[in-house]
This record gives sequence, C-alpha cells and structure tokens, in this order.
Amino acid sequence: MIEIKNVSRTYSDGQHTEALRDVSLEIRRGEFLSLTGPSGCGKTSLLRLIAGLDSPQDGELLMEGRAIDSPCHERGYVFQQAALFPWKTVEENIAFGLRARRVYREKKRLVGEYLSLVGLDGFSKSYPHELSGGMVQRAAIARALINGPKVLLLDEPLGALDAFTRIELQNVIREIWRKTATTVVLVTHDVDEAIYLSDRIAVMTPRPGRISEILTVNLPAGRDRDSEDFIGLRRTMLRKLTINN
Amino acid sequence: MDRNKKYWKPKSNLWFFLAVTALAAALATDVLVPNVQETDTLYYQAVLAASIAVLLILFGIPVFSSGLGGRLYHYSQFIAAAGLFLTFLDLLTTKSNILKLPFFPGPARIVEVLFTERGMLLVCTAHSLRLFFAGLAGGVVLGIVTGVLTGWNRQWNYWLFPVIKVAGVIPPVAWIPLALVVFPSSFYAGIFLLTVASWFTIAFMVSTGIASTPKEYFEASRTLGADERYLLFHVAIPNAAPNIFTGIVTSAGMCFMMLVITEMIGAKAGLGWYINWAKAWASYDKVYASIVIMGVAFCIILAVINVFRSYFLRWQRGIVQ
Repeated sequence: MIEIKNVSRTYSDGQHTEALRDVSLEIRRGEFLSLTGPSGCGKTSLLRLIAGLDSPQDGELLMEGRAIDSPCHERGYVFQQAALFPWKTVEENIAFGLRARRVYREKKRLVGEYLSLVGLDGFSKSYPHELSGGMVQRAAIARALINGPKVLLLDEPLGALDAFTRIELQNVIREIWRKTATTVVLVTHDVDEAIYLSDRIAVMTPRPGRISEILTVNLPAGRDRDSEDFIGLRRTMLRKLTINN
Repeated sequence: MDRNKKYWKPKSNLWFFLAVTALAAALATDVLVPNVQETDTLYYQAVLAASIAVLLILFGIPVFSSGLGGRLYHYSQFIAAAGLFLTFLDLLTTKSNILKLPFFPGPARIVEVLFTERGMLLVCTAHSLRLFFAGLAGGVVLGIVTGVLTGWNRQWNYWLFPVIKVAGVIPPVAWIPLALVVFPSSFYAGIFLLTVASWFTIAFMVSTGIASTPKEYFEASRTLGADERYLLFHVAIPNAAPNIFTGIVTSAGMCFMMLVITEMIGAKAGLGWYINWAKAWASYDKVYASIVIMGVAFCIILAVINVFRSYFLRWQRGIVQ
C-alpha cells in the first residue's frame, strides 16, 4: 500500500546529519509494522516522511501509487508528546479532524464512538491537563482515528509512559488495530513492544539510518510475553541490535 | 499552612468586631469632636453608618458561615486598619486643620463633594469612560489585526514588525502635538492617542503569541486535514489567547493614564478636565473626589476585563493560578 523507494534525507541546519540513506520498504495493507532501532537511527525521520510532514532529497514515497507530498487525513499521526490542544476539551480535540474537514454529519455519534473505543467515556469534557499521560495518548489516538485513516502512524506514543500504563495501552492499540483493520506503522525502541504488537519488524541501523533487516513475527494472535517463541525472538532481536551498534 | 487558598486570613470573630469597632470609632470621632474646617459631615457619617450596618447585617444572615463569610473575615484586618486611618485623618484635617485647607480637606469633605457634585462628576465619568472605551477598542482591534498578520505571515512581519517594535517604545504622550493639529476635535485626538497607547503593546503580545505556537500543534492539525485558514483560527489564535489578554490588561493601564493626560490638555469634559478645572479654583476637595472615582472606575474596568479573560481562558484553570 505504501512504497518507499531509495529514500535519503540529510538535515543541514547547523551541522550535516545524514538521517536516512537509501531506504526502501513496502508497507502492506492491513499489517502492523514496527520500525525499531537505537536512538538516532532515523525511525522518526522515516515516519515523518511517510506522513508527508517532511520530504526526502532522493527517492520517492508512494501511497496507493500516488506520491506523498504533504500531510493528509488519510495518514493519521500520533506524536510522542500527544500534542493535544490544551484549550480544547477531550471531546473537542477528538472532533478536530471532522471540523477541520467540515464533516459535521454524525459528528456527535462518531466522537462518542471513538471516546469509548479508546476507553475515555466520561472524560469528554475534561481538558488535557486534567488527564494522566496514558489518557492523553488515548485521546490523541482517538483524534487520529476519527478521520478513518488508511494508515495510522504512531511515533513512540508510549515512550513517556510507565510500565503498567504501557502494557495497558499496548492492548488498547492491539484492539484498535483488530477492530478498525487499519494499517499501523509504529516507531518504538522497545523490543518487547515491537514483538508483542507487530506482524513485521523493520530493524534500522544508526547514522546513516538504513533498514538492516525485516523480521516476520510468526506468533499467534493472543501473544504471551513469557512463551518460548517470544523470548527467543526477543533474544534474536537484541543480538541484531547490539551487533549493528 | 495552605498557601494556595485565596482567603487565607484567620476566620476570627475578634478581628471582625475590631473592624466594626474601628469604623464605629471613625464615626464617633466625627460626630463628637467639633469641626474646625468648615464641612457638612452628614454624608460622611451616613456612609460610615451604612458600612457598619452592612457588615452587621452580613454577619447576621445564615450564609455568613459559608463562602461570603470567609471573604469578610479575610478583609476584616484591612477594614479595621482603614477605620483607624480615617479616624486619624479626620482628626488631622476636619477636626483640627493641622493639615491645612485648601490642600488637605478631610475625608468628610471629600465624601460631601462626591454627593453634592454628583451630577457634574457623573457627566465627567461618562465622558471619560466613553473616550476610554473608544480608544481602547481601537487599540484592541488594530492590535489584534496587526499582531495576527505579523505573527502569521512573514511578508507582513518583514514590513510591519519593525514599525510596531519602534512605535511601541515611543511614549504615547509624544504624539500629543501631532494629535492636536491633525484631528478636528479633542475627542477624536483623544481616541487617536489612546489607540496609539494600546495598539502596539497588544500587537506585540499577539504577534509573539502566534509565533510561539508549538510546531507540533501545526503538524498534528495538518495530519488531521486542517488547511492554512483553519490552522490560523483554530490553532495559532487560540494559542495566542493568553498573550492577547495580557496585552489588553497591560495596555488598559496605559490607556487610562493617557486618558487623564489628554483630558487635562485639550478636553472640555471628563475627569481629567475636571481635575484641572478644580485645581484652577483651588478646590482640592474636588480633585480628590475625582481621584477616588478614577480609582474605583479603573478597578471596575479591570474586573470586567477579567470576567472575559476567565471565560475565554477557562481551560487554563488548574494550570495557572
């Protein structure tokens, strides 16, 4: 569904940083793909290119055959710091995409639907600063989902959360993926998270960022973090990550 | 102790009754001690008696123990001090002429003027308020428009922002000679001066508020399908809203100052004019009376602005005090 062909990106504000070199990747419809690797390997840079928030110097990105050149509501994006609007209530934040696109039909019903999908019933009138970190990310996910995106891009959305909230939200993300059947691309540096959620994991190397390997996760739907296969996969991945470093 | 509580003074009946006693002392002093300065002290006595009555009635009604009571207790110490201050002031002026007339009329005399000159004072206050709000409204509208343009668009920013920056540091009184020549009447000259006094501060605050919108808010909005116009009106301007109000409050003060100055130099009405006129007749009691009105009027203006502010910035409750 999304094709990334020989993409390179260099940042030259102040110093010269080669973030991505000759990256190629195909994202399939409906899959859950994780981008992982050590910090500074260009995971987020790649995700921003997919979103259209940034453009490459070389190569091209296509979604359903059409070049990605600007952000679009069909590619939902969830930021690490959520970026909810502090002056809007949870409900107004979630409705933002509909109002921005002047879609007023069934707004109320949709907002209610996505509020309960992420488990935020009863918090519709709260302001973001009144919520916990996990709830803020739930709201940010609902805000991206209400537009019915073809692909959901998650930029380390759980990076700043504590371990309990993290696991809770991993299950929320899994459920959402299952229910909405949308394609998900997740940037994470948490190996367990990648294995627990993904169909495939793209492992990246640090500067210049390139994809060194794509692992397929052949584990059943209800994944057990303590199963032998899970632990084996984790060991393989950690070895690859340390070798690459 | 609870440092966050707004009304933190002790809920003490002793302080409350000291407050009432201090006011009663002020009243008794004025009634019992013979006047030296010539004054009709009836109005002053009536005001003091009414204040005491109000305090006692509020104390008597059942809601006293709830919200209102906390507030009254909180201000008890202040009221007590005010009562003592009035007592001594009365003794130094009306009752002894130690502080001499015409420069230092007693509190009783000032209260008397507030009543006897009320027609004139009311007309002057109305004139002042009309000029004030016309000028401030001009400044707010121009300030928000130019602030948004310079904060949002780099072409506008290039041409206009340096002008705003330089114009903002020029004291608005410097424009008085120009205003008096260019405008047909002192009223329009006043509006111009007040607008100038508030415009650039507001524009500067709005501009920086818009320009400081976190990049992530724009990026998030664009991935949600917002166009440029939507980004401006639903992201950048709401983000600048706290700055807009800070700008309005700051420039309201400058406007008020400019108001009195312009009325003193060219106007034929208004509180500033009244002060000048009263001074010419050495009626310092009238000068003080209009100073009192100015203080009260500006407090009310600020309170009104604050009502709007806390409505529009209700989302900030809990983030900032």
